Amino acid sequence: MLASPFRCVVSPGRRATPGRHLNRIDTMKLELRGITKRFGALVANDDINLTIEEGEIHALLGENGAGKSTLMNVLYGLYRAEEGEILLDDVPQHFAGPGDAMAAGIGMVHQHFMLIPVFTVAENVMLGHEQVKAGGRLDLAAARTRVREISERFGFDVDPDALVESLPVGVQQRVEIIKALSRDAKVLVFDEPTAVLTPQETDELMNIMRQLKAAGTSIVFITHKLREVREVADRITVIRLGKVVGTASPTASNEELATLMVGRAVDLTVDKAPATPGAPALVVTNLTVIDPLGQILVNDVSFDVKAGEILAIAGVQGNGQTELTEALMGLQPRVVGEISLDGTSLRGHSVRQVLDAGVGFVPEDRTRDGLVGGFTIAENLMLDRANKLPFVKRFNLQLSYLADFARTKVAEFDVRSQGIETPVGRLSGGNQQKVVLARELSRDLRLFVAAQPTRGLDVGSIEFVHERIVATRDGGTPVIVISTELDEVAALADRIMVMYRGRIVGIVPGDTPRSVLGLMMAGETPAEGAAA
Amino acid sequence: MSAAQQPTPTPAPAKSPEPDESSRWHNVFREITTGNAIISVLAVLLALLVGAVMIAFTNANVQESAGYFFSRPGDMLSAAWDAVSGAYSALFQGSVYNFRRPSFADGIRPFTETLTYATPLIAAGLGVALGFRVGLFNIGGRGQMLIAATLGGWVAFAVDLPAGIHLIAALVAGVLGGALWGGLVGLLKARTGAHEVITTIMLNYVAFYLVSFLLRDGFLKTPGSNNPKSPASKETAVYFDLLGPDYNLHFGFILVIAATVFTWWLLARSNLGFKFRAVGENPNAARVAGISVQRMYVYAMLFSGGLVGLAGINQVLGTTTSGFGAGIDSGIGFDAITVALLGRSKPWGVFAAGILFGAFKAGSFSMQAAEGVPIDIVLVVQSLIVLFIAAPPLVRAIFRLPAPGAPRRRPVPNVSQEVAAK
Repeated sequence: MLASPFRCVVSPGRRATPGRHLNRIDTMKLELRGITKRFGALVANDDINLTIEEGEIHALLGENGAGKSTLMNVLYGLYRAEEGEILLDDVPQHFAGPGDAMAAGIGMVHQHFMLIPVFTVAENVMLGHEQVKAGGRLDLAAARTRVREISERFGFDVDPDALVESLPVGVQQRVEIIKALSRDAKVLVFDEPTAVLTPQETDELMNIMRQLKAAGTSIVFITHKLREVREVADRITVIRLGKVVGTASPTASNEELATLMVGRAVDLTVDKAPATPGAPALVVTNLTVIDPLGQILVNDVSFDVKAGEILAIAGVQGNGQTELTEALMGLQPRVVGEISLDGTSLRGHSVRQVLDAGVGFVPEDRTRDGLVGGFTIAENLMLDRANKLPFVKRFNLQLSYLADFARTKVAEFDVRSQGIETPVGRLSGGNQQKVVLARELSRDLRLFVAAQPTRGLDVGSIEFVHERIVATRDGGTPVIVISTELDEVAALADRIMVMYRGRIVGIVPGDTPRSVLGLMMAGETPAEGAAA
Repeated sequence: MSAAQQPTPTPAPAKSPEPDESSRWHNVFREITTGNAIISVLAVLLALLVGAVMIAFTNANVQESAGYFFSRPGDMLSAAWDAVSGAYSALFQGSVYNFRRPSFADGIRPFTETLTYATPLIAAGLGVALGFRVGLFNIGGRGQMLIAATLGGWVAFAVDLPAGIHLIAALVAGVLGGALWGGLVGLLKARTGAHEVITTIMLNYVAFYLVSFLLRDGFLKTPGSNNPKSPASKETAVYFDLLGPDYNLHFGFILVIAATVFTWWLLARSNLGFKFRAVGENPNAARVAGISVQRMYVYAMLFSGGLVGLAGINQVLGTTTSGFGAGIDSGIGFDAITVALLGRSKPWGVFAAGILFGAFKAGSFSMQAAEGVPIDIVLVVQSLIVLFIAAPPLVRAIFRLPAPGAPRRRPVPNVSQEVAAK
C-alpha cells in the first residue's frame, strides 16, 4: 500500500534507481532465527528467535542492557551475528551494513535522531539517497514532493522546507519516520522512541504507529515502558540477559510484564508514608538564568522546598529544568535572583561551596557529569572529597582508608561489580547511578537534588533509587527530583512543579492526575483549584 | 492525528550534538596519549622494520645488486641483510655496549652517552606527559626550555655563590622560569579559554626572539663578544660528573630520576594529581564534583612547564656549560612530545621511552660513522613511531589485536549483570 513515485533500491556500490511501482502492497515478514552475538566472552544475544508478522506492532521489551539494541543493530547490519540468520519473507539475508538493510526494506528510527539540524526536512530526507538532475544538481523538488506525499498520507503535518532545528522534538521524530518510509521501509524499528516526547507527543506517536500498521508496515517497538507497550503492541517479546524469556499479549498486567523483564516479582509502586514537611529549607526567589547568547533559560522562578518533602520538577526535556538545577549548584555563571538554603544565600557560590553547604547532587547525565568513566569505583566515590580528611592527609591520598570506605559503600548501595577497582565505565547504568548516589548521600546533606535519577535504568535499579530518595526525605532532608517521566513524578512527589519554557506553569499537589500534568507540561495553566 | 493539532514547541530541541562530538575527540586524545603499552612496543618494532627497509633501499650495494636481481637475487638479499644488520648493530654498539673495546669501562661508554642524551628528554617528556594526563597538549617545550635556560643560565654565569648553593639557585631559577612560561599558558586558558596549542606555539616564538635579543643586546650578552652566545656557566653551578671526568653522564640524570619519582607520586598518590587526572579524564564530572577545572589547568601547566624547565636548565648546567645560544633547546621540547606519547604519559613509561630515544640519538652518530647510514634514518624511525602510536587501529590491524573499546560500548552492562548473577 505504500505506493511511492520513486521506489529506490540502494545496493552497495550502486546509486539509487528510481522507478514507479504504484499501488504495490509492500508488506514483509521478518524472521530472526537463532541469533547469537558475542563480544569476547560476553553473550549479548543468545540464540534469539523472533518473528515479526506482516503488519503487526511487535514490542521488544527488556531492561537496559538486556540486548535489545544489540539485536536491532544486528538486524540493521551494524553488527554481524556469530550465529543465526535473518529472513525476509523466508529468504535469508546478508547485511554487510545499514545500506543493505535499508535496501531490503528495514528502516530504523533512532533514539537520538540522525538529522542534520541546519538542513531542511526535504534535504534531510534525501540525504544519503540524493537524486540528481542533469549536471549534478540536486533534485530538491522531487524530495519535497516525496515528503509532502508521505506527510499527507499519514497526516504528519510536516513542512518539507522547514529547518529541522526549528522543529519540536516530536516533529523531528516524524521526519525520521518519513526518512525511513521514503526509502520504502516495510519494517520500521523504533528504538526507545518516547524517551524525548511529551505525553501528548507520545499519544500522537502511538497513533502514527497504528496508521503505519494499517498501511501494512511492520513495526518493532523497543522500549522499557510498560504502559506504552500495553497500549499499542499486538505482541510482546521480553528479553532478559540476551535471551528471549517469554512472549506476552498486551492484556498482561504491568506487574506480569515487569516480572518477566526483571526475572522476579517487582513492586512498581513506591512505598512512602505521607510527607511531614517542616519549615521551608530552600527558598528560591525570582531566579533568572541567562545563557551567554542572552537567551533567557529560566525566567523569574520562585519556589521553596520544605524539610522532609519531595518537590518534583516535571516538564518536557529542555524547558529550563537543567539550567535551574545548574543554577542551584553554582554551575551557571549568569544568575539573577536569590537562592537561600536554611537562611544562607547560595547565589554566586562556586560548586565547591555549594557542596560544602550540604547539597547533594545527582546530575541528569551521569556519564558526562556524574562520573569519571576511566576512574575506579573507589576513585569516583572520593571525587568530591579530594581535599578532605580523612581521604587526604598532607597531599597524600589515603588509599587504604578509601578502599575501606568504598567497600562499605559498595555493600550498602548494592553496587554489583568485580570489585572496587573496576572502572565505572564498565558498570551498567544502574550500578553507575548507585555509585553516584553512594557518593552524594554519604555527606551530611541539607538538600538533595536528583536530576533524572532513573533515566535509562532498569526496573530493579529504579526501585532501589526511589527507595533511597524516599529514605532521604524521611530523614528530614528536603529533596528536589527533576524528571521528565510522569510515572516517576507521580510515584515520588509530595508536590509537583511543572516548568514550561523556563517558567513555572504551576505547583500542584503530588496526586494531581496525569492528564492535568500533561496539559501543564504543554504550557497550559492548571484549572482553578488545582494550585497548591 | 489531525493536521490542526498544534505541535508542542520546545525551546531547545534536546541537546545539540556538540558535546558528543567534543567527547569523541576527547576519547581519541585519551586513547593516543594514554593507551596501551603493547601498542608502544609494537610501534617501535614496526618503525624499526620500516626503517630497515629504508636502510636497505638507500644502500649503494643493494641498489647495485638490484640491477641484476633476476639473474642473482641472492646478491641483493644478502646485500640488504648486510646493510640493515650493519646499521642496526652500529646503532646498538653506539648506544648500549661497544664490543670492539677491550675493557668494560670503555665498552659501556655508549650506554652512559645514551643516559646523558636521555636526561633532558625524560625531564621534558615528563612535563608533556603531565599535561596530557590533565588533557592539555603542551607543545611549548621549546619556549619553556629557553626561558629556563635564560633564567638558570643567568644565575649560573652572573651570580657568585658558594658551590652547591649556586647549583641549587641556578636549578631553582631554571625550573621556575619554565614553570612561569608554562603557567602563563595555563592562566590564559583558565581565564580566557585560549587554546593551549595556539598559545604554546606563539610563546615559543616569543621566547626564541626574546632570547635572541637578550643574547645580542641584553643581559645574556657576553661582554666583548659579537657572538650571540652567553658567557660560560661558572664551575660552582655546573652539574658534577657521576662517573668521573671520562664520562659525560652528570648529576642531571639523578635529578631526572627524582623528577620521575616525584611525577609518579604527584599523579598516582597525591590529591592534586587525583584532581589532575579527574580533569583530564572528564572535566565535566570534575567540575560538578566541585573541582575547579580552571585552577587545575593553571597548576598543571605550572608543573608541566617546571619539568620542561628542568630539561632546559639541564642543557646549560650539564650539556653545554660553555655558554649557550638561542638553539640551546636542540628540539628537545618537540622530541619530548614523542617521548611522552611513547611512554603513554605514565612517568616510568616516559622514563623508558626517554632512554630509548637517548639511545637513538647516541647510536645514530656511530651508525653514520660506521656504516654511512644517514642520521635522518633515525629521525624517520622516530617519526614513524609517532605515526604508529597516533594510529592505534593501524597497529592493531597489523598485529590483529582486538580493539579494546569495541565490545565495551553497548553490551558491557550485561557483563556486570552476568557477573553479578553468578
